[in-house]
Amino acid sequence: MSLALRNVDKIVGGETHLKGIDLEFETGSRNVFLGRTLAGKTSLLRIMAGLDRPSRGKVLMDGVDVTGVSVRKRGIAMVYQQFINYPSLTVYNNIASPLRRSGLKKRDIDRRVRETAEILHLEELLDRLPAELSGGQQQRTAIARALVKDAKLLLLDEPLVNLDYKLREELRVELQDIFRKRSAIVVYTTTEPSEALMLGGKVVVLDEGRVLQTGATAAVYQRPETLRAAEVFSDPPINALDSTVTDGRAAMGDNIPIPLTGHLAGLADGAYRFAFRSNHLWLSSQGEGDVAISGKVELAEINGSETFVYVHHGKSAFVVQQEGVHPFAMGAPISVFLNPKHLFVYDTAGRLVAAPPAAGVAEQQ
Amino acid sequence: MEKWADNKAWLLVLPVFVVVAFSAIIPLMTVVNYSLQDIFGPGNAVFVGTEWFKEMLTDKRLHDALGRQFIFSGLVLLIEIPLGILIALAMPKKGWSASASLVTLAIPLLIPWNVIGTIWIIFTRPDIGLFGVGINSLDLLDIPFDHTARPAYAWVTLMAMEVWHWTPLVALLCYAGLRAIPEAYYQAAKIDGASSWAVFCYIQLPKMRGVLTIAVLLRWMDSFLIYAEPFALTGGGPGNSTTFLSIYLVKLATGQFDLGPAAAFSLIYFLIVLLFCFIFYQVLLNVGKGEKIS
Repeated sequence: MSLALRNVDKIVGGETHLKGIDLEFETGSRNVFLGRTLAGKTSLLRIMAGLDRPSRGKVLMDGVDVTGVSVRKRGIAMVYQQFINYPSLTVYNNIASPLRRSGLKKRDIDRRVRETAEILHLEELLDRLPAELSGGQQQRTAIARALVKDAKLLLLDEPLVNLDYKLREELRVELQDIFRKRSAIVVYTTTEPSEALMLGGKVVVLDEGRVLQTGATAAVYQRPETLRAAEVFSDPPINALDSTVTDGRAAMGDNIPIPLTGHLAGLADGAYRFAFRSNHLWLSSQGEGDVAISGKVELAEINGSETFVYVHHGKSAFVVQQEGVHPFAMGAPISVFLNPKHLFVYDTAGRLVAAPPAAGVAEQQ
Repeated sequence: MEKWADNKAWLLVLPVFVVVAFSAIIPLMTVVNYSLQDIFGPGNAVFVGTEWFKEMLTDKRLHDALGRQFIFSGLVLLIEIPLGILIALAMPKKGWSASASLVTLAIPLLIPWNVIGTIWIIFTRPDIGLFGVGINSLDLLDIPFDHTARPAYAWVTLMAMEVWHWTPLVALLCYAGLRAIPEAYYQAAKIDGASSWAVFCYIQLPKMRGVLTIAVLLRWMDSFLIYAEPFALTGGGPGNSTTFLSIYLVKLATGQFDLGPAAAFSLIYFLIVLLFCFIFYQVLLNVGKGEKIS
């Protein structure tokens, strides 16, 4: 099966939620919608599901226009951010609920419910009520409900957001495996770049109701075509400093000279935005070729075993992501090191001019 | 903060203790005291043990009043709960019409009991009341409508009063319960192809369990203790047809001054209300759990 969106707009009460969406999905593909809150991820899913009608444009299934077709007839399954199960039904009956209208024999329903429960490790919990389960188990039940009917289109709207960190990691790994074995079109929305990278497949980077970029997830991560896409696809958002190239010499931020070698060679004169991800910054020099950027510590945030240092540099600011716990006093002077081979170069309109060669990024990931 | 070495903090509880003592414990104990004595006058009482309880438990008039009370409260629940749910389901979900219907619905709840009685007495009067005159002019009834003429007429009027007064409470509670259901539940049901009846049975009703429990308990207790409405309407008549427990109790205590039996009666009354609240609570807590989709 294939699903296509053709020039889809969604306008609600004069507010544009989606604008000019053109996308295609093939059976067996895993697709990640990556975007911040309010980027239009959920609106897009709802239109794909048939829960909403687009204000303009078409939804095609196998080339047939299904824009106005009721959700009941589309054969889709959806998992929500909240844990949605029927409160008065046991886990078994919850999983069985999508099959009740299918006309399957009781024995077949039973077999499929048990198979699906096994995949999601719910065998022991089949007689429980949703309220008697932990959050992770509730969401497993909801996912089982979505998987049980072999829908052609499986939509997951930030399914792991409401789970605690540990459960999220665990389910995320399992989900990859489950998706791989499916022949459905799987669409998964997330706000987290790391989650998108983990799920792999294809990514659709969304921002303010528009598609910024599509492509293989790793490739998009390595070559974000716009600064905005790079910001969405980096956590913390990619840092960018105003830079200029004059007479073949580059100066970044507060006049930091950048040697124009490697992928930077041959940059034409002009104004640019040099961008670098937080994980490519170091608190100590990592070897030859590193450029030092000096500034003042605005804030050092220790998060688990990582430290995020917010640094003021001239008129701009950037964030350093560093393994380990590094306490800093506010306002303390700091020197940060960056290897120019990790620099992305965008023009002043935010279009990609030069990106680091892919291998370099892959090694960091 | 510094920790006190002694138990001075108990002093802070004292005011509450005094208030509760005077508002609940002492009156209740007085009733217990009365129920065990035959009181002839001030300072002139004889201890009679459980005699009043025995007498009350075999009192024919109490049994009749209790029977009436059960029928009345049962009818109240049977009408008000489904009606309240229906109204809540039919109410607009947002916009000005939602606010308007909420306010309209709340109006009966703001009117005092005896005013309600008066409103309905006037409304149903056969000589000047809109309803009374209206229904009699249709000439459908063998005996003209007059709530003092026939027990059934008095009951219909009382029921109408009660339903009009208190169904809004049930509806408001249900409405709150319905609004608390995330939209995603309805979407999920849509994707499953569930009918609106299935949505009601498997999403809305289970999600309203909490508020419905409260509604049933409140309406049960309140209707079981009903006094002002029948008192204002017919004072318990015609005959004894609307003499509910509290009407009978007041007649016994302040009409005939049988303080002992009345005290025993009110304790039994209290226990019945408590028992039924417990039963309803248990039933509503467990009903419909783990059921199967048919």
